[in-house]
Amino acid sequence: MKIVISVLGRDRVGIIAMVSTVLAENGVNILNLDQTILDGFFNMIMTADMTQAKISLKDLQEILRGKGETFGLEIRAQHADIFQVMHRV
Amino acid sequence: MIELQDILETNRMIKEQNLDVRTITMGISLRDCADPELEAFCRKIYEKITRTAENLVKVGEDIEAEYGIPIINKRISVTPIAIAAEACRTDSYVAVAEALDRAAKNVGVNFIGGFSALVQKGFTKGDLVLLDSIPEALARTERVCSSVNLASTSSGINMDCVARMGEIVKQTAHLTKDRDAIGCAKLVIFANAVEDNPFMAGAFHGVGEAEACINVGVSGPGVVMRAIEQVRGADLGVVAETIKKTAFKITRVGQLVAQEASRRLNVPFGIVDLSLAPTPAIGDSVAAILEEMGLESTGAPGTTAALALLNDAVKKGGLMASSHVGGLSGAFIPVSEDAGMIAAVERGALTLEKLEAMTCVCSVGLDMIAVPGDTSAATISAIIADEAAIGVINNKTTAVRLIPVPGKKVGDSVVFGGLLGHAPVMAVNKFRPDVFIARGGRIPAPIRSLTN
Repeated sequence: MKIVISVLGRDRVGIIAMVSTVLAENGVNILNLDQTILDGFFNMIMTADMTQAKISLKDLQEILRGKGETFGLEIRAQHADIFQVMHRV
Repeated sequence: MIELQDILETNRMIKEQNLDVRTITMGISLRDCADPELEAFCRKIYEKITRTAENLVKVGEDIEAEYGIPIINKRISVTPIAIAAEACRTDSYVAVAEALDRAAKNVGVNFIGGFSALVQKGFTKGDLVLLDSIPEALARTERVCSSVNLASTSSGINMDCVARMGEIVKQTAHLTKDRDAIGCAKLVIFANAVEDNPFMAGAFHGVGEAEACINVGVSGPGVVMRAIEQVRGADLGVVAETIKKTAFKITRVGQLVAQEASRRLNVPFGIVDLSLAPTPAIGDSVAAILEEMGLESTGAPGTTAALALLNDAVKKGGLMASSHVGGLSGAFIPVSEDAGMIAAVERGALTLEKLEAMTCVCSVGLDMIAVPGDTSAATISAIIADEAAIGVINNKTTAVRLIPVPGKKVGDSVVFGGLLGHAPVMAVNKFRPDVFIARGGRIPAPIRSLTN
């Protein structure tokens, strides 16, 4: 299963490191990463593969939400299909 | 490869523009539950519903979490009770409604539809028992929704039933008068009712449907409005094109959710309903879309044309996005559930007569309209007859959900709360249709050619 992780919040050191550590620890493989700073706001979209994941998407969402709160970030992890179907015929 | 822009757009639709899946509705056939003993029938339907829909709410919540798309309601529709319960030796189906209510509470759905009768041509014994039971059933239950189909293009209008429904609406209002006649908000009177409608209060599981199925209703007036804000000043061809593209995107999400729910519940996918369903939330209004097109207020001259454009474009965009489209599929204009409609009534721009005209070009009818408590049964019947005539002649679904609120008059307001919103009490024409309604009989099915 492919998922999309979107991260939004004030920029600071270590955001990518934090997110990728969570993913690595749980066997989630990063496929693509697109990141930019808009008006001082950190915007990142990551596509990842959960085929080898040790946890469910729900559990991953929980972990990322918790980490996001301590970093002052909004982190969402969603099944990639919702974007695929909406924007591709 | 998914573009950054696309992901941001989707999440903006969900977070800022109220994009959601309005309902996942599981249709369940109760035809195999027939039993001469009322108690046994109630036990059978309770068991079948709670068994079939056991995981409905959980699956809905799982999909909501995994895809990040809100799914507002999980609901159930069943075979019209007038058919399913007809074998019961009883003169009241109130106990059946109570069994449905218990089943709905047990599985955690907020509404269960199908306390219904299909009487477009005439009444069976079961139909009559059901009609007699409606007021008490709606007063004594919380989640049960009722509907009656009393007209169709191929059968004409059952005016005996039209006359009865005026009385039933009044009686339902009376029995729930301590709650602002909330019972009437759960009673829909149809012409050309569809068998696979996922939206309440008019959902039932038609007799041509499978054992069980999953029907999904999408929403997204906020998303449509934001899209046409981007084309201010452009001609209406551009507006229609923009709405089509937006409707496509919205519907694709509905299709995804429907297929996923169907797979996880192991229940066949039925249809996606392409209706634009507003909620009382600010920015989730169909009226606001019409005003964004350039009308000073909904109800102004031009409203019917703007609504026709909107309704048609939503369908054209949605059709290609879903493998099976059905249900009501049209913009809803429920007054109490749409902040823009409420505002239009309050500023004096929108009248009952203009709403009636609007129902000629969109689903579904005179919906969630509060009228003075002293409106007579005959007048309500006559309004139902007018609306049915529009449906029958134009070969479309129309419906009436009127709430004559005891003790309230024009200018008062009624608060239903939640998704049902609040409604300003609207003026009704004072001239009397009593003699016309008292004639009864049937209005014959209309000619299908020479259609001017």
